[in-house]
Amino acid sequence: MRPDPFHLRPARMHEAEGSGRRAFAVFQAARHPGPLVWILPAHAPQMPMLPGLPPGIASRLHLLRPKGEIDLMWATEESLRAAPVGLVIAEPEKPLSLIAGRRLQLAAEAGQTTGLMLIREGAGSNAAETRWRCEPLATDAADSTLHRWSLIKNKKGTIGLRTLHWDGTSAAFDLVSTAGERHEPAPPPRPGAVRADLAFGQCRPPALPDP
Amino acid sequence: MSRGMALADARAICPDLATRPAGLAREAAALAGLRRWAGRYAPMVAADGPDGLIADITGVAHLFGSEEELRADLHARLDRAGLTAASAIAGSRGAAHALARHGGGIVTEGALAEGVGRLPVSALRIDHATAEALARVGLTRIADLTALPRAPLARRFGPGLVLRLDQVLGHQPEPVAADPDPPHFGVRMTLPEPIGLQADVMAGLARLLDRLCRMLSLHHRGARRLRLELRRVDRGTAHIEIGLARPLRDPDRIAALFVKGVQEIDAGFGIDALRLSATVTEPLAPEQIGGGVAVRGEDALADLVSRLGNRIGFDRVLRLLPADSRIPERSFLIAPAAYSAPAPEPPHRGPARPITLFPPEPVSAVSGHPPARFRWRRMDFATLRAIGPERIAPEWWLDDPAWRTGLRDYWRIETKQGPRLWLFHTPQAPGWQVQGEFA
Repeated sequence: MRPDPFHLRPARMHEAEGSGRRAFAVFQAARHPGPLVWILPAHAPQMPMLPGLPPGIASRLHLLRPKGEIDLMWATEESLRAAPVGLVIAEPEKPLSLIAGRRLQLAAEAGQTTGLMLIREGAGSNAAETRWRCEPLATDAADSTLHRWSLIKNKKGTIGLRTLHWDGTSAAFDLVSTAGERHEPAPPPRPGAVRADLAFGQCRPPALPDP
Repeated sequence: MSRGMALADARAICPDLATRPAGLAREAAALAGLRRWAGRYAPMVAADGPDGLIADITGVAHLFGSEEELRADLHARLDRAGLTAASAIAGSRGAAHALARHGGGIVTEGALAEGVGRLPVSALRIDHATAEALARVGLTRIADLTALPRAPLARRFGPGLVLRLDQVLGHQPEPVAADPDPPHFGVRMTLPEPIGLQADVMAGLARLLDRLCRMLSLHHRGARRLRLELRRVDRGTAHIEIGLARPLRDPDRIAALFVKGVQEIDAGFGIDALRLSATVTEPLAPEQIGGGVAVRGEDALADLVSRLGNRIGFDRVLRLLPADSRIPERSFLIAPAAYSAPAPEPPHRGPARPITLFPPEPVSAVSGHPPARFRWRRMDFATLRAIGPERIAPEWWLDDPAWRTGLRDYWRIETKQGPRLWLFHTPQAPGWQVQGEFA
């Protein structure tokens, strides 16, 4: 089986930026078992909407709305240190300093918890394990929801650009291979086929060893 | 005027009657307070109906001099407190009950039948129908009943009447069963020498917590809020209050939550007394210790919620719960995690919903219906595809200011720039607004 391209290395802190970062966070939440913690500032207008989330997330989700950046960072660190939590998603307002990033990394290691920071463009920390730029893409097909999630920083592996279909109703996704990045021979051409889909659908979130 | 009279009848007699609704809960609380106070006269004091107290003063009267002096002392103290009370002392509980409600007084030892003989039969704690039946045959006073043979009386009016009569005359025992006091979950410790080090305070706290948790487990309860009061040498007090995400009586896990509070207090010249009380407790049944991985994970999660709640506030640690409404804002509830249980979400039916929701933001520079181009958050968008409309009508039974604009037609607008937005149009007050973003 091919390694899962969107697998977040466990017990590390990751970052996601771009306008599709919340979709990426929901996607990762659906793939991580165990309790979820989503930390957003008290004055943030946007909230996760329960009927729109993939099934099985809302009952595991804890929403923290701390007042102020210091409490937010504290709550993030504390949640990362707690062993039973599966994934911590935080939306810090200010750029993460190297110290803050390193502390979160240590907390994630101590609690064996994966962290995902939803940051503004370029507001990340050098301590992050991976950084993703997430953008929704327009498509011509009526029934597709196209995303471009590119890995722009990776401490222990290659970076790359991935385009996929993910409709936001489950953890399953459908990878669109781009030219030069084909993983296996192209399927025989179908009449009227618009896009070349890779047979990668229904990918379950596996616990894979690091490459 | 009498008790139990209809209000209309009372108004007919006295048109200027001032009336107040009865505060039954407050009356009961006042009576409970009075019951605690009455403990100074007897070891056993119990509530006797909604408006009376009964005390077993066997062997107590000589401490006050005599029964007369005891009763005089009671009345003097109640008068000083502004309470009007009637009281009676008698050899049996039934007689004291009857006499207190019909004039009061003291029935001397051995003169029970004479003492209560003049009272009406209704003083016997019998129901209204029996009292009326007795009056119909001409038996109005207790003395009339004592002279009669028992068997025909029981056959005609039931065994209840004879039992009550025996209780008044002292032939049937009737003990005063005082309700147990609700347990008080508070412990304290006084120190011979003042302490000031954090480690010392934590050690004292550990000892108090051990005692408190033992008391809690004895009563099968768990603390939900705890308050630690530290008295300083200069008579000042510092207090630390913590909340718990769920009922708990594990000393180590509670002590961990106090660490931050103890670090922050000012010990001054030293602390010489500690008092710990569980201000809010909830039932907590004994559990098998150990448990599996799931139980330990649940415990650790509850500890996390406690830690977070004590710093950022329990109203900021939230949970999403499903709700039954078509209105997007009310289609789910946001409830404090410490005071709610997770609920499985119902399967979603109908048109898709966005993953994030925010308060409606108006869009500008709209052209077309549905908009072919629009401007939102200082970005220009061109519509690639519009799916809709889905009409949602306001819930008229709730007056929501956000829905004063009337009906809403929701559209899923896929833009050429990428974002897939949830727009709505208000036909009754024309305008377009964005309320959510799809995955």
